[in-house]
Amino acid sequence: MEKVVRGFYSIAHSVKLCKPNVIAAYPITPQTEIVENLAEMYANGELGDCEYVTAESEFGAASILVGASAAGARTFTATCSQGLILMSEVLINAAGMRLPIVLVNTNRALSAPLSIWNDHQDSMVLRDGGLMQIHVETNQEAHDMVPVAFKVAEDHKVMLPFMINMDGYKLTHAYEPIDLLEQEMVDTFLPPYNPPVYMTTKDPLTFGSYAPPQYYAEFRVALQNAMERARKVLEKAYKEWAEITGRDWGGHIVAEGVEDADLVAISMGSLTGMVRDVISELRNQGKKVGLLKIRTFRPFPAKEVRGALKDAEKILVFERAVSFGHGGPVGMEVKSACFGLTPEFYSFAVGLGGRDVPREEIVRIISDVYYGKVDQGFHFGTVKPFEEVIV
Amino acid sequence: MLKEVINILIEVRFHGRGGQGVVTAADILAVAGFKDGYQTLSFPMFGAEKRGTPVASFLRLSDRPIVIRDEIYHPNYVVVMDPTVIGPVKVEAGLKPEGKLIANYPKGAEDLRRAMGVDFDVLTINATKMAMEHLGRPITNTAMVGAFVGATNVIKLESLIETIKEWFANKELAEKNLRLVKEAYEYMKEVCGW
Repeated sequence: MEKVVRGFYSIAHSVKLCKPNVIAAYPITPQTEIVENLAEMYANGELGDCEYVTAESEFGAASILVGASAAGARTFTATCSQGLILMSEVLINAAGMRLPIVLVNTNRALSAPLSIWNDHQDSMVLRDGGLMQIHVETNQEAHDMVPVAFKVAEDHKVMLPFMINMDGYKLTHAYEPIDLLEQEMVDTFLPPYNPPVYMTTKDPLTFGSYAPPQYYAEFRVALQNAMERARKVLEKAYKEWAEITGRDWGGHIVAEGVEDADLVAISMGSLTGMVRDVISELRNQGKKVGLLKIRTFRPFPAKEVRGALKDAEKILVFERAVSFGHGGPVGMEVKSACFGLTPEFYSFAVGLGGRDVPREEIVRIISDVYYGKVDQGFHFGTVKPFEEVIV
Repeated sequence: MLKEVINILIEVRFHGRGGQGVVTAADILAVAGFKDGYQTLSFPMFGAEKRGTPVASFLRLSDRPIVIRDEIYHPNYVVVMDPTVIGPVKVEAGLKPEGKLIANYPKGAEDLRRAMGVDFDVLTINATKMAMEHLGRPITNTAMVGAFVGATNVIKLESLIETIKEWFANKELAEKNLRLVKEAYEYMKEVCGW
């Protein structure tokens, strides 16, 4: 049933239908209405066999889920920005312990200076943590990806934490029509969690044990292998989801009009809709431009990205974060995927700390790159002139 | 009214202060507009999450899915919840020449037009007074959504009424807000001479 709901609710509704056993969350800033909605459902007895635990910190929330997941529970949490960073030690542990915790990160900027607004700096810091990561463009896509996340995370070939990234504010605070899932549809797609191993008093196991140099590397090889296997499992889940719901969000990437494009613009997250809109207007004007939307960020779909960009003369990445001392984190991945190809490469960090990205800015950047008015490499989008105090 | 027009996009920007329901105003109209058959999108931009700070929110209504999520720079309509943000915030920025500015402003439209030095369509209502009468609190958002619908006719009053009834879980509060919405709607209709 299509209904106008807030982005937060689109997640909470979907989580409920996935029948989690344990939800743990730190209840105040930078926490979101996702867990507020879930807490209300829990209080109303709508969450069935679920324990909702309010933690003393994001570190505590993640730790509670590590214990619950190790005991065989289906687990969920939501967080963002400083909360995600505080969780990071535990989440990286969860990846190493191969615990399929699902979390929604409502992307927001990192301190300092303090910001509560959207960019992708928070999730980028977790890039190498061993979590699967996807980015969504709309609240409907976010809503749809929750069951996909559980299914893939809990697949015995994978067993890894799964982080859905959705843009804070731009998506989370927006009201828009969502075709809300029914229980039956989710039940058809997502089987109950059947952990391959779990902790019991009868059959004690150790998770995250001490691993001296003669053991450690093999655990990490196994983690990398799981990520590699996750590519196929995730792709299959995307397809199955499209078949069941009729909503096809595409695979790891969505390439539009790239075959004959001289310039391909790359975007991830909620900005993509506007980039697509501008690209389609430029195509109507006869300009050879295409769009590449990246959905899966970890495992990174290097083969697919390279395939989509093989004929491009110019590649332009819209970045929502910075890897300080190098450049844009998405562009770095794209360049590595295109090693040996020789397109011109441009990357622009826009919308940092929630600065609005007006349509005109996207038009200007694409035109500047198209007509060769800017140098190759990494740039910032609209920034006011200012004087640095420490130089 | 919607079916006769194709490829429409109506953009509305709301201004006010934290605590007045600026965000909720846009959200209520997103829900009401969807009932009329529009695709809708509403979202806020606020500074510190504190009462009293200037807040803006945005609403798009269209006959096709809305993919543009940037802030609204060239609104068809501007709705102002609080007279004191006029000046400190350039509420009229980018308003389309054929657009309307609908403000909670007790001194009347002529005074506001003169004070702002603008010549576009300015409509005013004493929403604070109305809200105090009906709610006993200076929360002007429901009055202003009523005024918006009365001044623009882009959303049906029935859809707005249905939305208000769903929005407030507390029946008494819903009734009070309904009366407020209707009064503001009727007032603005009369001002516009519909």
